[in-house]
Amino acid sequence: MSTTTVNAAPAVSLPPTSTFIQRFCRNPTAVISALILLAIVLIAIFAPYLAPHDPAKSSLRAILKPPSAMYWLGSDDLGRDVASRLMYASRLSLVASVQAVVIALALGMPLGLIAGYVGGWVDTVISRCNDALMSFPALILAVVIVGLLGPSLTNAMTAIGLVYAPRIMRVVRGSTLSVREEVYVRAARATGCSDLRIITRHVLPNVTGPLVVQATVLMGQALLAEAGLSFLGLGTQPPQASWGAMLGTAFPYMAQSPVPTIAAGLIISITVLCFNLIGDGIRDSVGRMRRAGD
Amino acid sequence: MNALRYLARRAVSTIPMLVLVGLITFLLIHITPGDPAAVVAGENASLEAIEEARRRLGLDQPFVVQFWHWLVRVLHGDLGTSFTSGKPVTELIFDRMPITLSLTTGATLIGLLIAVPLGVFAATKRGSWLDRITILGTSMGIAAPEFFIGLLLVLVIALQWGLLPATGYIPFSEDPVEWALRLILPSITLGLGVAAELARQVRGAMIDVLSRDYIQTARAKGLSTASIIVKHGLKNAAIPVVTVLGLQIRRLLGGTVIVEQIFAMNGVGSLAVRAVFLRDLPVLLGVALTTAIVVLLVNLIVDMSYSYFDPKVRSA
Repeated sequence: MSTTTVNAAPAVSLPPTSTFIQRFCRNPTAVISALILLAIVLIAIFAPYLAPHDPAKSSLRAILKPPSAMYWLGSDDLGRDVASRLMYASRLSLVASVQAVVIALALGMPLGLIAGYVGGWVDTVISRCNDALMSFPALILAVVIVGLLGPSLTNAMTAIGLVYAPRIMRVVRGSTLSVREEVYVRAARATGCSDLRIITRHVLPNVTGPLVVQATVLMGQALLAEAGLSFLGLGTQPPQASWGAMLGTAFPYMAQSPVPTIAAGLIISITVLCFNLIGDGIRDSVGRMRRAGD
Repeated sequence: MNALRYLARRAVSTIPMLVLVGLITFLLIHITPGDPAAVVAGENASLEAIEEARRRLGLDQPFVVQFWHWLVRVLHGDLGTSFTSGKPVTELIFDRMPITLSLTTGATLIGLLIAVPLGVFAATKRGSWLDRITILGTSMGIAAPEFFIGLLLVLVIALQWGLLPATGYIPFSEDPVEWALRLILPSITLGLGVAAELARQVRGAMIDVLSRDYIQTARAKGLSTASIIVKHGLKNAAIPVVTVLGLQIRRLLGGTVIVEQIFAMNGVGSLAVRAVFLRDLPVLLGVALTTAIVVLLVNLIVDMSYSYFDPKVRSA
C-alpha cells in the first residue's frame, strides 16, 4: 500500500503521486494522534521501568490519598498507586482490544470476501444474517454472550469480536463487490486464474485500504466496549486491572477522591479519540491514493 | 396509494428479519459451554431434572423442530421463566421497559436539542470558530465513554453542587416532577454521544442542502434566512439525519446497560447485567431478543418516515 504505480493516464491536473506515508504525514491531526498513541504503547511496553510503584502493592497508610509527588495521580481504596496501575492497565486494555479486532477480522473478512465474490444466494444468506446480527445492540449482545460463556476478559473480548465481525464483513463485502466487475478481474478470470488467486492477488489488495480504516476505528470501539464490560465487572477480573476496571473500582469513591476516576476516564477517551482520528487520516490518505492512481 | 404500497412492502420485509433475529437468539443457547439442559436445570440438578429439562426444552428433537417450537412459544409472548425469581421473563422485561424507554427517549430529545441548533449554526457559519469547536467537541463526544461523562455529571452536578438527585428512578405515575428530575442526568449522559454523532450529520447535511440551487432561488425571492433554514434546509436535511438517528437506537439501548448501572435505575439493561451474575439464561436471551425487536421496529418507523420527508420515496 505504500507504493503507488504511476499510470500513463492523462493525470495532468492531479497532484504529484506520493506514497501513503507522505500523504498521511501531511495531516497534522492524524500525525499528532499517532504520536500520542505511540507514547501510550511505549508506556505500556516499558511499564515495569516507568512505573514509580509496584502496581499491586497496597499500603494501609495511603488509602485514597490525593495526588502528590509520591503518588502522581493519588492512591486507590486499597492504598495502591493509581499512576502505576494505569500504566500497567494500558497493557491489558490494548492487548484486549487487539484480541477483539483480530477475532472480528478472522470472522468478518472471509465471510465478506465470499459474500462479495461469489454473490447470488450465498451473498443473500450471509448478508441477511449479518443484518440480523447487527440488529442487536452491540453492548447488550456482548453482555449476553459474556453471560452465556461466563465473565472473564477472554470471553468478553471474544464477545466483542463476535459483535463487531459484521461491521468488518460489511466493509469487505462492499469493496469486494466493487472490484469484482473490474476489467482486470474479468481479464484474470478469462486467462484462467483460479478464484483463490484472483481473491488474493486482485481483490484483497483493493480491500485492504477500507479494511485498515475500519480495523483502526474498531480498535477504539473495542477499547470502549472492554472498558464498559470491565466497568460492569464482566470483563477484566481482579486482581488484574484494565482502564475500564480501574474506572469501575474508583467510581464508588469518587466523592472522596475524584482524580483516579477522571484519570482513567480521560485516558480511555484520549486513546479512543486517537484511534478515530488515525482512522480518519488513513481514510483520507487512501482515498487520495486511489484518485491519483485512477 | 403508492405510499401505502411502499409502507406495506417495507413492513412485510421486516418479518424475515424478525425470524432471523429469533434464530440467532435461539442459536445463542447453544454457545453455552457444556450441556444446555444441565445449565437450564440449574446448579446441582439431579440427572432426572436434567433429562426433564431436556424434554421440556425439546433438546432431544431435531434442530428445526426445536426452533419451530421455540418460535411458536415466543410468538405467544412466552420467553420462558427466570431461574432466580421464578417469574415469566416477558413480565420481568415489560415491567422494566418503561424505565429504559424513558431513558432512551430522554437521551434522544437531549441529542436533538443539542445537535440540531449546533449543526445548523456550524453549517451556516462554516469555518468560523464555532464551527471548529463543534467539530472538535463532536469528535471528543464520540470518543468519550458514556459512563465517564455520566460519572463526571454525577460528581459535579449532583454531588458538588447538589442541583439534581444523583441516582434512582421514580415512576411517572408516582411523581411526574421527580420522574423528570431524576431522568435529566442519565438522559444527558446517554444523549451526549448521540448529540455528537447527530451534530456532525446535521452539519454535513445542512452544508450539502444550503449549496443547492433551490436555496439560491429562495434567497433570490427574498425569503429570510430563518425561513430558508427551517422550510427548505431542515426538511431536506432531515433524511440523512433521521437515518443516523435510527441507527443510534442500537447505541442508546446498548448504552442503557451502563447508564442504568451508574444511576441505579432498574431498567432492562441492569436486568441483563444482574442476569449475567446470576447465570439466568432465559432472562439474558429474552433481553437480547426484545432489544433487537425494538431496534428493528424503530428502523421500520424510520424508513416509513422517509416517505413523509421525501416525496420521491413515495412514488418510487
